[in-house]
Amino acid sequence: MYELSLIALITPLVGGLLAGLIGSKVNKSFTHWITTLGIFISFSISCWILVEVFLNPSLFLNQNIYEWMSIAGFNFKAGILIDHLTVSMMAVVTFISLMVHIYSIGYMHDDPGYHRFFCYISLFTFAMLLLVMSNNLLQLFFGWEGVGLMSYLLIGFWYKKESAIQANFKAFIVNRVGDMGLLLGIAVIFSIIGSLDYQTIFNSSTELVKAKISITNGYSVSAITLACLLLFFGAMGKSAQMPLHVWLPDSMEGPTPISALIHAATMVTAGVYMVARMSPLFELSSVALSVVLIVGATTALCAGLLGIVMCDIKRIIAYSTISQLGYMMVAAGVSAYSASVFHLMTHAFFKSLLFLAAGSVIIALHHEQDIRKMGGLKQYMPITYLAALIGSLSLIGFPGFAGFFSKDALIEAVAHSSTVGSEFAYYCVLIGVFVTALYTFRFLFMVFHGQTRFKGGEQIKESSWVILIPLILLSIPSILIAWPTFGVLVFGDFFSDSIRQISSYELFGFEYQSPLSFLIHSFSGPVIYLSVIGIFAAWVGYIKKPELPYKISNQFTTIHRVLVNKFYFDHFYENVIAKNTAKLGSAFWKFGDIKIIDDFLVNGTAIRIQKLSTITKKMQTGYIYHYALMMVIGLSLLLAWVIIKS
Amino acid sequence: MLALQSYLTLAAIVFAIGVMGIIINRKNIIILLMCTELLLLAVNFNFIAFSYFNQDITGQIFVFFILTVAAAEAAIGLAILVVLYRNKDSIDVQELQTLRE
Amino acid sequence: MLSLLIFIPIVVAIAIVLMGDKHAGKAYGLALLASLFVFAFALFVGIKFDPSLNQFQFVEQVNWITQFNIQYHLGIDGISYPLILLTSLLTPIVVVTSRTSPKQKYHQYLASFLIMEGLMIGVFCALDGFLFYLFWESMLIPMFIIIGLWGGNNRVYATVKFFLYTFLGSVFMLIALIYLYFKTGGYSISDFHSVPLSMREQLLIFLAFLFAFAVKIPMWPVHTWLPDAHVEAPTGGSVILAAILLKMGGYGFLRFSLPIAPDASAYLSSFMIALSLVAIIYIGLVAIAQTDMKKLIAYSSISHMGFVTLGAFVFFNIGTQTASSETMSLALTGAMIQMISHGLISAALFLCVGVMYDRLHTRLISGYRGVVNSMPKFATLMVFFVLANAAVPGTSGFVGEFTIILASFRMNLWVAFFAAITLIIGASYSLWLIKRVIFGKPLNERISGMQEMTVIEALPLVTLAFLVLSLGLWPAPLVEIMSTSIENLVNHITFSKL
Repeated sequence: MYELSLIALITPLVGGLLAGLIGSKVNKSFTHWITTLGIFISFSISCWILVEVFLNPSLFLNQNIYEWMSIAGFNFKAGILIDHLTVSMMAVVTFISLMVHIYSIGYMHDDPGYHRFFCYISLFTFAMLLLVMSNNLLQLFFGWEGVGLMSYLLIGFWYKKESAIQANFKAFIVNRVGDMGLLLGIAVIFSIIGSLDYQTIFNSSTELVKAKISITNGYSVSAITLACLLLFFGAMGKSAQMPLHVWLPDSMEGPTPISALIHAATMVTAGVYMVARMSPLFELSSVALSVVLIVGATTALCAGLLGIVMCDIKRIIAYSTISQLGYMMVAAGVSAYSASVFHLMTHAFFKSLLFLAAGSVIIALHHEQDIRKMGGLKQYMPITYLAALIGSLSLIGFPGFAGFFSKDALIEAVAHSSTVGSEFAYYCVLIGVFVTALYTFRFLFMVFHGQTRFKGGEQIKESSWVILIPLILLSIPSILIAWPTFGVLVFGDFFSDSIRQISSYELFGFEYQSPLSFLIHSFSGPVIYLSVIGIFAAWVGYIKKPELPYKISNQFTTIHRVLVNKFYFDHFYENVIAKNTAKLGSAFWKFGDIKIIDDFLVNGTAIRIQKLSTITKKMQTGYIYHYALMMVIGLSLLLAWVIIKS
Repeated sequence: MLALQSYLTLAAIVFAIGVMGIIINRKNIIILLMCTELLLLAVNFNFIAFSYFNQDITGQIFVFFILTVAAAEAAIGLAILVVLYRNKDSIDVQELQTLRE
Repeated sequence: MLSLLIFIPIVVAIAIVLMGDKHAGKAYGLALLASLFVFAFALFVGIKFDPSLNQFQFVEQVNWITQFNIQYHLGIDGISYPLILLTSLLTPIVVVTSRTSPKQKYHQYLASFLIMEGLMIGVFCALDGFLFYLFWESMLIPMFIIIGLWGGNNRVYATVKFFLYTFLGSVFMLIALIYLYFKTGGYSISDFHSVPLSMREQLLIFLAFLFAFAVKIPMWPVHTWLPDAHVEAPTGGSVILAAILLKMGGYGFLRFSLPIAPDASAYLSSFMIALSLVAIIYIGLVAIAQTDMKKLIAYSSISHMGFVTLGAFVFFNIGTQTASSETMSLALTGAMIQMISHGLISAALFLCVGVMYDRLHTRLISGYRGVVNSMPKFATLMVFFVLANAAVPGTSGFVGEFTIILASFRMNLWVAFFAAITLIIGASYSLWLIKRVIFGKPLNERISGMQEMTVIEALPLVTLAFLVLSLGLWPAPLVEIMSTSIENLVNHITFSKL
């Protein structure tokens, strides 16, 4: 199995490199065949291992590939860890990646950067697999930065667009802020345990609890809390939690398949994955869990609110992604890691479905992204409409859809939790449910229903099959995936070899029997009704009385302005932090380096010596009798000194 | 018999005249040369006086050396002067300032 | 063996000068051949080199000036060998790329670089303090000539500044060496290492050496010669300056300051760390504000070299903490890796700027935009090196910074925190550079008309990219070479000399 998993890891890399290096010299079909084949092999192996795991739950692999370096007894290695969490992630990542590869064959067909694109997404898949298959924190960091890097390159894929290269720069820097936290978190763990290997860390996690790290003289915190907080800071960057979420909406400048693959399904969930992977540590620090919970809940609600006022089709989905990532973090915060990971998986399916459907719309309308210029597309693009509908229903948690199970389970866990902050989180996620339904159906109604608001309606036609097939293939798990897996993954002990959490009864407060009974059980809670109200509100606002939203926004101008300006986060970062950093650098340079060091100290010394010598050189009159006088004076002084001394 | 002090005082006075001549004189280089001769003369006085009072012949030998050197110096000095006058058309001390920065 | 490494390039250089400037092609071929031969020879030395031996190897020792007990004493260990290899690798690269650069006195240009190579290898080989000083100082001459003759418009100012700065520093080193001579009766560096010194003596010697090495590395606040020198130097000069000259300062810390004055180093370590952190953050911020590409890279070099000094002075109170020696090994290894990696990356970046400069004759960032449109292959390489400069994992830039941050965290939380800020600042200035230069729509027709790299330009960049990548993915061999020497050094430092 080690060899197989190694092949699964390597094939996307090989495919990507071949496409990038020789693709443009062969032809387009070579490029997409070789990369898709690579991903397909990887996907098949992942499925095979998944099946093996189901048949033989004790299957486990933890093997080092090679030694990266070893200094004074500290070993840094690259390795593969195959457990249930890894396998599930592998299957999801490779499946979505495969779908996106196929979709891109159609979507990117006329793009001059065709080969580059396939090279990047295959390399991205490699980096993501590197991240999830890692057995140590170093390799996780490699994958972590690797996906960040590929995301950087892909957001800026259309490098001639000023907004795209601005967005990818921003994405990388904001991610780097998070990465700094992650790196320091790794350093905390390393400084106490002296190893980065997961197994070693988890086995000696009590040392982390015992150890104290001094912050200032006399004040110290427990190492575990510091480590978890820093790791979570890293996750906040990658998983776009507030206040480090600003890069994700901007990243929509990249091609749409990228948004589906990277900025919805895989990379942004890396933070959630990491928190789940580190659950044995997070479980030991209640402070860190509360922080995860509160940040997640705030993000879930606030990002959802922003989704309501956005007009760019992709930005709506992007804010929705941030909000859903917040849900996942909330689940992790109440120790329901399995629910968190399960929501991650269902979200991967329905969100990439939504993105790909949005992409289908965008390409049909010739790169129009403003939903105010759409409407009534249902009759022109029935299959895309159906896909978007399924994605939306799954997203809002419509009973029976995949999203319903995952979201409902995690809300149950929040309701039953006693972690500090869980009440706040509970209200946040409940309001979030309403908000989700509202913005999702606003998007759906404005794009597909109502009157058409675009020009040239007759030429609009359904996208080609290569685009529709991934939509159809993604629709299936978006509806059905939860039915067979829900019980095992969330309530069973499927993840028990990788995630440490308390028993499902303690976590959720009720005994789980079957998906159907869970569905029926949920009707006794408020969640379903809230989402129905949300749909209704959207129907009223955007179908029945389209003038109503304008009235509301005119009524509450302040709130509307705050929302449209995205809570002024971007404003703050750009105008306060970025600008002042640049100013500071410039001041350091112009004042510190040029004025003080160069002008005052370096050249200043030269100038002062020159001045001194212009004064002293006046003694050099050229008259011999002056020199003679000097000699006499000097001699007399010398004599006087000798006489006085004796 | 005069005391040693008298010789030394005379030498000091001659030396002082020589020095003052060098410092105060702003006119003629020849006077400068003469003043240097005076300085050497003052030194010679001292040498002879000490030689006599200490009963040591070395001092007087030294005087002969100094006299020879002084003669040579005067000769060379005058030669330079002649060349200088040819070049500059003047032997005025005030005008010889090329050593200035 | 080592003498050959030093004198082959020098002899060939003299031959090239004697050939005169009529045979540019022949001079080029000869220089290339000689530098490649030296590189091959250095590789051969590497094969013979046994990293597990705890002593200097390939030792050559001859009495030279017996009155003062000065010896011609050469030898290498795991600390100097990687730097020698780096030197011998970069010289052929500089020679290859020099084909197009200067128009006048081409043969002398080549000869200067070959002489530099010999002298730099000499610096890393010398085991006699006097010999070291001789190589160290004489190396200023060819560099002075390179910047002064083939430099830009403001080259006189830059060369004089460069010369006076470094000379001022090394004078203090000379005083320390003479003092140590009186103390030990010779100039042997291993005697310097073992001689017991009082705290006062150690402090003074440390400060004297610090002057020389701090200027060379350069540390804040004696760094301002570097940006000027880089801006005025021709491409090859910048490459050698950034890639190897700066490393001599770091090498000096490891070879002189730490082992000769261990107690003083420990005593002053917080001061040194503070200066390093200033270099990392302050200079990083300054780099953001630059408008000239070469200046930006020069400032980023200073910031990266801050990591070297940080790694060299991650000290613990001698003997109080059990884990200290491992952490010190980690930090010192990190410092060494950072030096090698920076040598490769900064060299590549200066070559990249050179490629663009040869086409448009400007170094200003505002003179470029959208280079990727006309030079996609070049853009790929440049983006790669810029990412390596921002320490992206998988490139060698990451390895050193990562180990140094890990090691410094074991010492103090805040040191690690401030060092880690470089993740953000480094990414900012690096990526902002390529955002403005590489990406975007072409600024004007001159940019859309830029020719793609020639083979001669591409070959060195590809070689460096390969090395940067392989060091980033598998640093173990490099670590292997120096591990024994570093362990040895750490063992030596942890014993107090008082």
